[in-house]
Amino acid sequence: MSASATPAATPGAPASAGIPKASFDWRPIALLAALMVLALPAIGSGSTWLTLTVAGLAMGLIIFIIASGLTLVFGLMDVLNFGHGVFIALGAFVATSVMGGMAQWAETSAAAQFVSVFAAMVVAMAVAGGIGWAFERVIVRPVYGLHLKQILITMGGMIVGEEIIKVIWGPLQIPLPLPEVLRGAFVLGDAAVEKYRLLATGIGLAVFAALSFTLGRTKIGLLIRAGVQDREMVESLGYRIRQLFVGVFVAGSGLAGLGGVMWGLYQQNVTPQIGGQVNVLIFIVIIIGGLGSTFGCFIGALLVGLMANYTGFLAPKVALFSNIGLMVAVLLWRPQGLYPVSNR
Amino acid sequence: MTAPILELAGVHTHIGAYHILHGVDFAVPEGQVTMLLGRNGAGKSTTLRTIMGLWQASQGEIRFQGTRLNGLPTPEVAQRGIAYVPEAMGIFTDLTVKENMVLAARKARHEGELDTQRLEWIFGLFPALRKFWLYPAGKLSGGQKQMLAVARAICEPRALILIDEPSKGLAPSIIQNLITAFNELKRQKTTLLLVEQNFNMAKALGDTVAVMDNGRVVHRGTMRELAEDESMQQRLLGLSLGAHQ
Amino acid sequence: MLNRLLSHDLPRSRWLGLALVLIALALALAPFVFPGAKALGVAAKMLVFILLVASYDLLLGYTGIVSFAHTMFFGLGAYGVAIASLRMGPGFAAVLAGLAAALALSLVLSLVIGLFSLRVKAMFYAMITLAVASAFQTLASQLSDLTGGEDGLSFKNPEIFSPSFEPFENPLLGVAVDGKLLTYYLLFVVVALLFLATLRVVNSPFGRVLQAIRENDFRAEAIGFRTVVYRTLSNVLGALLATVAGALLALWLRYTGPDTTLSFEIMLDILLIVVIGGMGTLYGAVLGSVLFVLAQNYLQDLLKLGSTALEGVPVLAQLVSPDRWLLWLGVLFVLSVYHFPTGVVGRLRAMAVRTGA
Repeated sequence: MSASATPAATPGAPASAGIPKASFDWRPIALLAALMVLALPAIGSGSTWLTLTVAGLAMGLIIFIIASGLTLVFGLMDVLNFGHGVFIALGAFVATSVMGGMAQWAETSAAAQFVSVFAAMVVAMAVAGGIGWAFERVIVRPVYGLHLKQILITMGGMIVGEEIIKVIWGPLQIPLPLPEVLRGAFVLGDAAVEKYRLLATGIGLAVFAALSFTLGRTKIGLLIRAGVQDREMVESLGYRIRQLFVGVFVAGSGLAGLGGVMWGLYQQNVTPQIGGQVNVLIFIVIIIGGLGSTFGCFIGALLVGLMANYTGFLAPKVALFSNIGLMVAVLLWRPQGLYPVSNR
Repeated sequence: MTAPILELAGVHTHIGAYHILHGVDFAVPEGQVTMLLGRNGAGKSTTLRTIMGLWQASQGEIRFQGTRLNGLPTPEVAQRGIAYVPEAMGIFTDLTVKENMVLAARKARHEGELDTQRLEWIFGLFPALRKFWLYPAGKLSGGQKQMLAVARAICEPRALILIDEPSKGLAPSIIQNLITAFNELKRQKTTLLLVEQNFNMAKALGDTVAVMDNGRVVHRGTMRELAEDESMQQRLLGLSLGAHQ
Repeated sequence: MLNRLLSHDLPRSRWLGLALVLIALALALAPFVFPGAKALGVAAKMLVFILLVASYDLLLGYTGIVSFAHTMFFGLGAYGVAIASLRMGPGFAAVLAGLAAALALSLVLSLVIGLFSLRVKAMFYAMITLAVASAFQTLASQLSDLTGGEDGLSFKNPEIFSPSFEPFENPLLGVAVDGKLLTYYLLFVVVALLFLATLRVVNSPFGRVLQAIRENDFRAEAIGFRTVVYRTLSNVLGALLATVAGALLALWLRYTGPDTTLSFEIMLDILLIVVIGGMGTLYGAVLGSVLFVLAQNYLQDLLKLGSTALEGVPVLAQLVSPDRWLLWLGVLFVLSVYHFPTGVVGRLRAMAVRTGA
């Protein structure tokens, strides 16, 4: 219907000289590839490299799931939720209850086990999203635009949330065992690729695809991307972006809950401190990626996941510092992160 | 004298501790082009922003088509049929030209739902937009961004369009296109309220004029009257005799 | 005279002035007025926190910097003294060497962190300090040969600060004069001096520039102040004061471990005190620390009463369990940020302005 209006849209049409090409910034991806390639000689064995790389990608994708909501919320509404970790913990603990409750039934068959895992994920997302809605109303909304108070209050919210989790589930570590069907690994030659990590990778990629589709091809996604840049202008065009924000916050919290379930299954146990611990990691990731950029978050998360696994194998004592080192290195290269979002 | 579509009465605006508008009174007649003129810092942009609700008036009334506008949040103001082009243009630089237009067209969920006829008309006025349709708006030159900003405001019919310095950065030929576009909009019964520094453009375009100084409207009248009276221009706008901007 | 001592930064509220005088007297005479080891321990903790929180107020309240890495400097001071005393043998040489090393390290770290704030905005900075503090905590527990890991380090103080040191046979004014008493007065004197010095700093031209930067750093830069330099200096000063506080704590406890100095809970305590006490007042640190430490010690007893009373009631009993102290802290914290933005000191001063008190 609109073919006549857009001659430049025909695929393969050569861009005439002088028109700037819509270029894609591939350098950070090159960085990612370089890291993977350089690790191979450092590790020595191809099969170990494969195991570590899959583990790193899986971990990275789980971190991406958790961090994506946070970076969008910050980009869109200039709100940095230092309490994002509480949704992670909530998701993980809800999973223990759901899977624990379904454990008996799940023993009957592989399919039942899959169902219990997915049920845990769905319930965790719903609970985390619901609490996210309440969190936004009570804790975040009164402090829009006041960065200092935001930091303090969201941190306070996390403390309260963590303590309430301890009240409900107790302060101790709770095991979250993988169901039978997801245990073990596929053996490829010398390499062992864990089944669960493949599942995590699959889910992570699915989330990334869904997010990319929503952001890139739907009007809501358009609103979000525009809102990240210039909230006022979007409102001037007639869109009630504040409502959209609540939706994004809830979705982000839900995703954090999902990430919490997956993280818990990855570690096979859950502690109330899980929120605070992962918090630090996701902050590093979104700083590396560029606040507000989903794709940056994706690359950043993969970098962090891979780095953690490679250094965990090569030099365990350096593991946590490797991430900080990575962050510092990236910031020296690009002070606003890998894919900075131009603002207003 | 046509009925006013927009009326401001005793509007005061405070930004933090600063008192910018000190009781703005004027009316914008429907279906005409009203020029809002004045020296730098007179409060013209602030007036537009206050109408849009980006800054809430601390006192006074703003009425649009008879109903109260002040106190409404910005999206509601826009939904009443008011389009706004800020001085800084408000282009979403990470989005393509196409995406900017789809956003501006509230009724369209994606490109396929844009009004092709209207789009063709816009391309006729601003050919560069067709050329750069799929490229990030950030790659456009300043003048091209201004074209996009205006194009966004006119891609769907609106009752009132507020534009802060429409001719800034535009080549004379494009300014001519702009004037043609605005005349067409007038024919479509759209009302325009324009802030302009370029007096020639104002003369060519405006029907009514309001001149601001120090946060107040100090002169209201027809454009023709002001255009013919050079001493009044000198007094109100600081334009020396014979000077053109 | 008082004016000069307080660097012209008077309490400006009769109630506040009264409270401060009472606190100063109570702390000065604590061993004599509040007998018993527990009471003295509470007083010592108050002193340490006053210095620690005042140093943080310098950063947050006066310069507007949110940092989560403050406990790192606190820990450096404590570990410096502990490690030196263990490696070099107890004595003043060890204490001074350890303190000097810790101060040097704090200087370097705070400089690096301060200069890094060049490149990043406030939000980034807060997140980065969070990551750094977390890494440091992990480091401390991992380098267990040096730091004693999770268990920490127990060591001996120089002789006159050892509990077994008893110069006088007979008690003085009803209290036995021993190393513990002397240590307490060491803390008191150091804290008092450093607090007054900090007061002098924030009321100096330097301090005023800090406040200008906090209000509007863009404008401060436009006027010609290199904000980075001032922020970095403030960072360094705060870090050094915190390091001294850490050393004092170590001397008092004769022990240091990750949970006495580096834990995130302590960072939150600092935040809570500075918010409730009143940011940007320094007196808030005094008032807040005293109230907080009192509450922490005696409120937990109250919670214990509550939880035994509600024993058996499913969720409620858990909510008031003394272990869930942090829950109520958190709620109080959130409420304070909303309703008490100027803190207790701010409230008192506002009341004074209204009533002329």
